[in-house]
Amino acid sequence: MKVSYFPGCTLKNKAKDLDLYALRSAEALGVTLEEIENWQCCGGVFTTAEDEVATKLSSVRALKYASDRSQPLVTVCSACHNVIKQTNYAMQNNKAFADKVNRYMAEDGGYNGEAEVYHYLEMLRDLVGFDTLKEKVANSLKGKKIAAYYGCLLLRPGKAMGMDDPENPTIMEDFIRALGADAVIWAKRNECCGGYISVESPETAKKNSNAVIRNAKAAGAEMIITACPLCKYNLEKSGADIPVVYITEILAEALGVKEDTNA
Amino acid sequence: MHNTEYLRDEIIRISGANPAKCMRCGKCSATCPAYDEMEYHPHQFVNMVECGDIEPLLNSESLYMCLSCFACIERCPRGVEPAKFVEAVRLTAIRQQGANRLTADNVPPIVDEDTPQQLLVSAFRKYTK
Repeated sequence: MKVSYFPGCTLKNKAKDLDLYALRSAEALGVTLEEIENWQCCGGVFTTAEDEVATKLSSVRALKYASDRSQPLVTVCSACHNVIKQTNYAMQNNKAFADKVNRYMAEDGGYNGEAEVYHYLEMLRDLVGFDTLKEKVANSLKGKKIAAYYGCLLLRPGKAMGMDDPENPTIMEDFIRALGADAVIWAKRNECCGGYISVESPETAKKNSNAVIRNAKAAGAEMIITACPLCKYNLEKSGADIPVVYITEILAEALGVKEDTNA
Repeated sequence: MHNTEYLRDEIIRISGANPAKCMRCGKCSATCPAYDEMEYHPHQFVNMVECGDIEPLLNSESLYMCLSCFACIERCPRGVEPAKFVEAVRLTAIRQQGANRLTADNVPPIVDEDTPQQLLVSAFRKYTK
């Protein structure tokens, strides 16, 4: 299966592991991630303002690219996923916004929300299947107690993300179980690490991130997994004393493709 | 500087949200991860926008404390979506000439070897026009 892939700015720089292990693991599962040509940065956070149009065009162009090829659009980074899905939701449900976007897009042909967007975890659940994933696990992570950290961007707003129940999600825990490990259930798994506030107020980011780490550890976690480079950064900078690891890294480890240099 | 009613209507138009739906339950503020850092809390934003009390919000540091985590948007039982008002007021503030909160000159001191691009991109999207 071939899908259009939007890596995003961070996966090409500070989060190269998130990208590399995503590509390798997908190949091992029979999915080829075809990087979108000339993709442009999503902007990191979705702007909710009705009159912000130009800032969402990079997402629309990525969506149109996938739609023109009749391929699902797959993202790994939580932020890209959030921005692109919210933009697609606005294209489908906000006629005035879609009309303004299509005035910019006249030369590219129109777009009206036809693309289907999948986060990498949704790709594993809905296109590959967690049962198939389970069968392909070569190195079971049995006995590891792992806390799934959703943060804010994967799930909210629930009506636009459509990924899982935003208050009681299971997708990341099911992913952990498919790899053979134990999923720790904890209260702050869908609370914010502080995000970009570490530019404005590092103390606030530290306070939020510490609360997240404390809560995961109190629930017995030995490791926190995330799909978001900024969550990983904030948790680590706040002095996390358990590993904070990308979802694709434990996936590659379990599939036995982590060290494959030929992939 | 602005006609109060005009400014109120403009903020509501930019936000795409309706403050009149609020039933004052305070759940937005209760769930806000930046509550302690804010002078005006999410439920106050909603009420002040509804009343046209925009100037104090335009000049408040609270505008830059919202994390865009969508918790208040998700959890509001009336679908008021308070963060949309914070966003609309913040944009109205930083869209004025010379009012950017973050400039390229601010970046070097906050960058370390691990800083993800996502952090800077997101901060510029929220603090700069």
